[in-house]
Amino acid sequence: MNRMSFARVSFIHLFFGAFAIVSIFPFLLVFMVSITDESSIVQNGYSILPSKINFAAYSFLFNDFAQIARAYGVTIAVTLIGTTVSLLITALFAYPLSRKGLPLRRTLSFTLFFTMLFSGGMVPWYMTYVMTFGLKNTLLAMIIPGLMLSAFNVLLMRSFFANTIPESIVESGTIDGAGEFTIFLKLIVPLSAPIMATIGLFNLLAYWNDWYNCMLFIDKPELMNIQYLMTKTLNNVQFLIMKADTSSQVGDLISKMPTETVRMALAIIGVAPLLLAYPFFQRFYISGITSGAVKG
Amino acid sequence: MEALAPASRTKPAATHATASRSRHFLRQIKKYKMLLLMTLPGLVYLFVNNYIPMYGVILAFKNLNYVQGIWGSPWVGTDNFKFLFNSPDAYLITRNTILYNVAFIIVNLVLALTVALLINEIKEKVVARFYQSTFLLPHIISMVVVAYLVYSFLNADNGLVNRQLSSLFGFDSISWYNEPQHWPYILVIVNAWKGVGFLAIIYFAAIIGIDKEYYEAAIIDGAGKWKQMTRITLPLIAPVIIVMTLLAISSIMRSDFGLFYQVTMNSGPLMPTTNTIDTFVYRAMVKLGDIGMSAAAGFYQSVVCFFLILGANFAVRRISKNDALF
Repeated sequence: MNRMSFARVSFIHLFFGAFAIVSIFPFLLVFMVSITDESSIVQNGYSILPSKINFAAYSFLFNDFAQIARAYGVTIAVTLIGTTVSLLITALFAYPLSRKGLPLRRTLSFTLFFTMLFSGGMVPWYMTYVMTFGLKNTLLAMIIPGLMLSAFNVLLMRSFFANTIPESIVESGTIDGAGEFTIFLKLIVPLSAPIMATIGLFNLLAYWNDWYNCMLFIDKPELMNIQYLMTKTLNNVQFLIMKADTSSQVGDLISKMPTETVRMALAIIGVAPLLLAYPFFQRFYISGITSGAVKG
Repeated sequence: MEALAPASRTKPAATHATASRSRHFLRQIKKYKMLLLMTLPGLVYLFVNNYIPMYGVILAFKNLNYVQGIWGSPWVGTDNFKFLFNSPDAYLITRNTILYNVAFIIVNLVLALTVALLINEIKEKVVARFYQSTFLLPHIISMVVVAYLVYSFLNADNGLVNRQLSSLFGFDSISWYNEPQHWPYILVIVNAWKGVGFLAIIYFAAIIGIDKEYYEAAIIDGAGKWKQMTRITLPLIAPVIIVMTLLAISSIMRSDFGLFYQVTMNSGPLMPTTNTIDTFVYRAMVKLGDIGMSAAAGFYQSVVCFFLILGANFAVRRISKNDALF
């Protein structure tokens, strides 16, 4: 019996060990390629154990960091504004829906819910923003379309409010003469830290990882975010130096560029913040997913 | 039943009742004024982001020209749809979208359930948590990064597969981004790599929720691990499995644009096996500039999805009423 269970436990750990390696290995590979010497790539191709280490790709990127820095600036600005505003709108919409006495509650819920059932499709959506609201080539185009209010997040938050905030809290606030908005701000929000953290994290990841809006709405290189800069560079590594002033400069830079490794170095620079932050937020993320699964 | 009785008694005085009810309603509105006001930003957003575009589906029945705008452009009836469904693309993209989703649903379900069931066997909480967060890592990164990771494997000249694995396993180098026949496998693997951790965590959460007494009773009755899994765990999380799978089936006409556009590096030769409805709509709009036809394709997708969701919800209601969406 004991031998059996030992065999079983080792099998499980073997299985998961392999699974964990599969999850992490691609990141490791890209990282190792980014610090490989160009000549070693010509010789052996991409390898997890390069024969010669060289940080040339990074020094090439850091030499002319303006473009990457600007793309990061766009991503950070958009993420900060987008996450804050969308968390605010989500909470303001979800809280009233959680109150039983609210008139028009069913109508409001349905208005929200119907957006999960039917959509006009990408083309009318795009045309609305471009032709009706003129968002092309603006920072707002990366903040507003699609990302700001997810019906799923509203429902998640509504069930948190409905299930964890006792009605007596609202009553006690009313007795003290506080208005509904004060009650929300002073009593409800402080009690809702877990759901705020979860939804905030969902929003943050959505904004940070977004390249779709940038691809659709942005043509100007100076407004590109880091994800879209990475997209462009993957397809054409020379995109990174296209903005150099004269053609002789471009030719010079191309000849100096460690093309194979610089691409991967950009990938690492682009993904590093998320990977470094992951150990700190993974707990919230997992509990967020599970709270969504165990529907309230 | 009790509530019905007084209502029927007041019927003769119906007009009076409606008047007082509407007065009551106005009083309620006034009382909840602030709460209703709070929903306003969200409502405005839904109007802009969702409801105006819904009205914009008329684009599918128009021939858009930019001078006359969306409303002024001439109507063309169902010409856009005729054009779409007479082209070979309509069949191809529908087939691709559906077949990929079928493969995704089956592969991810099997892998995620296996992972969830086995994680449940790990007694050390810290270790179980470590595995969970490792498996979830691929889920948090963008498809752009995934495209880089795949490229590091499949790059024809230097990629890991062609340079290291081909000599190890003795096959010839393959020009991955030019040969469409491999991509159904590649995309199923990539999709599983990115999505299994997420699904496994949902199933694992359902497993944790099972009352421990069932297992204690089963052990007393002499049930082994396998019996416990197949006779207790699986039946008890079946509603979650069914709901998740039906939801996936209801969006069988949708595809993850990033997976099919970024990971394939938008490579033309791969299109026969990687073009889906979503990539088709995008390319028809941006590359061909055919607004009417791309809007028609999008509308076709939305309508089919709508009925699939209604159908899926109907099915969920019959299986377990509490899990129904509406």
